[in-house]
Amino acid sequence: MIKLKVNGDLHEVDAEADTPLLWVLRDFLGLRGTKFGCGKGLCGACTIHLNGKAMRSCQLPLSLAAEGDILTIEGLSSNASHNVQRAWQDNNVPQCGYCQSGQIMSAAALLASNANPTDTEIDTAMSGNLCRCGTYPRIRAAISQAAKDRGENT
Amino acid sequence: MSTIEKISRRRLLQLTGISAGGLVLAGLVPALSGMTNILDSADGQTLNIFVSVRSDGRVEIIAHRSEMGTGIRTSLPQVVADEMGANWGQVKVIQGLANSDYGSQNTDGSRSVRDFYTIMRQMGASARFMLEEAAAHVWGVPHSECAASDHQVKHIDGRVLGFGELAVHAAKLPLPGLASLTLKAPEQFKYIGKSVPIVDLQDMTSGNTTYGIDVSLPGMLYASIERAPFLGGKIESFDDSAARKVKGVVQVVSIEARPLPAKFNPIGGVAVVASNTWSAMRGREALKLKWRESEHTQHDSNVYLDALAVDVSSNPGEVVRQRGDLDTAMSASSSHVEATYRTPYLAHASMEPPMATAVVRDGVCEIWTCTQAPQVAQAEIAKALGIDEKSVKVHVTLLGGGFGRKSKPDYVVEAALLARQVGKPVQVVWSREDDIRHDFFHACCAQYYKGALDDKGKVVAWLAREAAPPIGSTFTAGENLMSDGALSQTFGSIPFEIPNIRLERNKANGHARIGWMRSVYNIPFGFGVGSFVDELAHSAGKDPRDFLLELIGEDRHLEFASEGFDFGNHGRTLTDFPYETARLKHVVRDLTARIPWGEKLPDGEGWGLCALRSFLSYVAVAVKVRVSANKLEVTQMHCLADCGTVVNPDRVHAQLEGAMTFGLSLALMGEITFEQGVVEQSNFHDYPIARINQVPAVIKTYLVPSDKAPSGIGEPGVPPVAPAIANAVFAAIGRRVRELPLNKNFTV
Repeated sequence: MIKLKVNGDLHEVDAEADTPLLWVLRDFLGLRGTKFGCGKGLCGACTIHLNGKAMRSCQLPLSLAAEGDILTIEGLSSNASHNVQRAWQDNNVPQCGYCQSGQIMSAAALLASNANPTDTEIDTAMSGNLCRCGTYPRIRAAISQAAKDRGENT
Repeated sequence: MSTIEKISRRRLLQLTGISAGGLVLAGLVPALSGMTNILDSADGQTLNIFVSVRSDGRVEIIAHRSEMGTGIRTSLPQVVADEMGANWGQVKVIQGLANSDYGSQNTDGSRSVRDFYTIMRQMGASARFMLEEAAAHVWGVPHSECAASDHQVKHIDGRVLGFGELAVHAAKLPLPGLASLTLKAPEQFKYIGKSVPIVDLQDMTSGNTTYGIDVSLPGMLYASIERAPFLGGKIESFDDSAARKVKGVVQVVSIEARPLPAKFNPIGGVAVVASNTWSAMRGREALKLKWRESEHTQHDSNVYLDALAVDVSSNPGEVVRQRGDLDTAMSASSSHVEATYRTPYLAHASMEPPMATAVVRDGVCEIWTCTQAPQVAQAEIAKALGIDEKSVKVHVTLLGGGFGRKSKPDYVVEAALLARQVGKPVQVVWSREDDIRHDFFHACCAQYYKGALDDKGKVVAWLAREAAPPIGSTFTAGENLMSDGALSQTFGSIPFEIPNIRLERNKANGHARIGWMRSVYNIPFGFGVGSFVDELAHSAGKDPRDFLLELIGEDRHLEFASEGFDFGNHGRTLTDFPYETARLKHVVRDLTARIPWGEKLPDGEGWGLCALRSFLSYVAVAVKVRVSANKLEVTQMHCLADCGTVVNPDRVHAQLEGAMTFGLSLALMGEITFEQGVVEQSNFHDYPIARINQVPAVIKTYLVPSDKAPSGIGEPGVPPVAPAIANAVFAAIGRRVRELPLNKNFTV
């Protein structure tokens, strides 16, 4: 049994220590908001926060994840009310929606460390998250709006 | 709804002869047997197969098409709600199961709105009629004094009854005939033409969604499958002893290879079934497999495409369309332009790979899957399991992208076969590598063009020849010529006023599963036609935009039959959806008026243009590029579409925005290659798709206001992108690139 802290809750998981966190979240804990896209850390669909930093959960073995605080899309806010989520809604960002959990987690981590990113900083921070539907222009707009909203709220 | 009511409604349907003249179009017979299946509401009163009303007033509308990102789960129900007089806030959208009563559920061909706009309006109007009729009965007044709006029926004297209060009564009424229905005038629309946010928006931004991979059933096992690496591969031997030792592995099951042609059959392979996905994947890695060679093991795509290119540029093919006397016109001219274009195989690479979950119990199969084609999946499963289609229940989840891949239910059949074999619910999980290597690939293609100009720079002759493995080769052994239907995609339907035209097809044998991908053969043919027109313009010394407009010529409706070509027009008649050159010219003029077309630019920068009609829509794309030290950067993309009536403008813009990125990906980087029959790419590092930092800061989309019939929007934004980029590169540096992807020639 390995102990794991996800979204503030402590879990005990009967999985091999090298199991990627992605599959622990999905198959063992039933937290399926975090998506599988490539299994190689190339697409960002599985992005979560480990101690506040955006990480690809498909590349994070359970043994390492167990040492930190994990935040998934389910824990980002209640009722999709985080300012990044609200900006995503205001801009109607999603098309198929599949990559958006990962996009939102990357964007939230970016804004937590850089309250007012430049366009280049947005592109750099988000370049690990693929979207086959091509929602990138709206992702940029939503992040800029979330940064602005955040500024106004503080 | 009680059984008695059902029977009485059935009787009413029979007695009123509704099926002959009533609310029954395109095979949409409201078969009551299916209704219990398609509605899960406890007290919902069914008004027709798409609409039910609960006593609390909630209106439930069936979405029978698959949601893969177009917003169709919102836009078709919003049409129903509008005509019905329902409040959108009190509407719940319910995803329909596979059910032939809905008409076709194949969500492809950019046709959901095109095929169902009118039917959905009639479904909404029919429900409105029944609610008004019910109120008229309750009040004992004529129907003409009652009108539904804002989720209630109002009498002229001011009395009102809510939809919920009328539901039970309304559901007992016979379906009205079409003649009794009055559709709203456009100025009365409340939701049609409005950017209603998608119904899944809140869930998609909170991770609270169910895609194919998110289905979870009690006792469910997970399967990862090692499949034959080349077409027609069969297992020679396998050793699963190490795989069985991996913790969590429950069972190893072989899937028998089916004889070619491939069709939608599962590929032969070995499945490792485990208690979680990771164990299944680990177990699969531990398999030792030997494959028996097939006739396709020698397929080398570079050699193959080279051979096609040589063939089309040197050997006459079969004539598919002919106008005037091409040979005489060619010899009479002293100014010729020739070009050969090559485009590669492509993979769909939707962010969610194919996924399916199945249970087989007591001869009944229940499936949950991300499919664009639930009815096809149902039929394929029934065939594979040897059971009746009625014994296959297909639930459609959200799709994490589709692009045509998820129209082919090979993966769904895998889940059904494994679930039967294992005797437990099984989820088949495709890895990214599985998805890239075992796609139904977009065909590679070679095209040869030759044009002749007169002394005024007018085109007097156009010869084109193509060779590409047809989609038909996946379904019929030995099929190696493109059909007129497939060639209707841009190649055969060029709208140019040229006196002498000859179009030819050459043979290309299939060595991989060939399928349709977003905008299909319009991609290679759009690249060929769009590039060659630009080449002719420069040869003639004319502005490419003016040249294109002149080439399209007079305003007219095109026909092709007199030139021996059976134009497909996406299954629609030219009466319903004419090919209107005026609309094509309009998108060219309108778009170029929105950008500084013709502006003087520094060296290394240029604008490129392409306009095409596909999926019955007219789309122009203009692209600005910068080329510096062989690095190619797309700096602006502008897209204008005329797709007729628009239901949800925001989603239509989103489709065009997405098409720009999809087109950019394939133009810059998209390429699948085969070596010894095996796909050489495997994941996003070697089959890259555009990242946010590669997408221009300026992507603008525009719509032509129109009250014409809705045509298509999911696909037609894609084909003009690659030729517009290549044309912009020529404008920037004077170098013509005739091969995709562009990263063969530039850093991108």
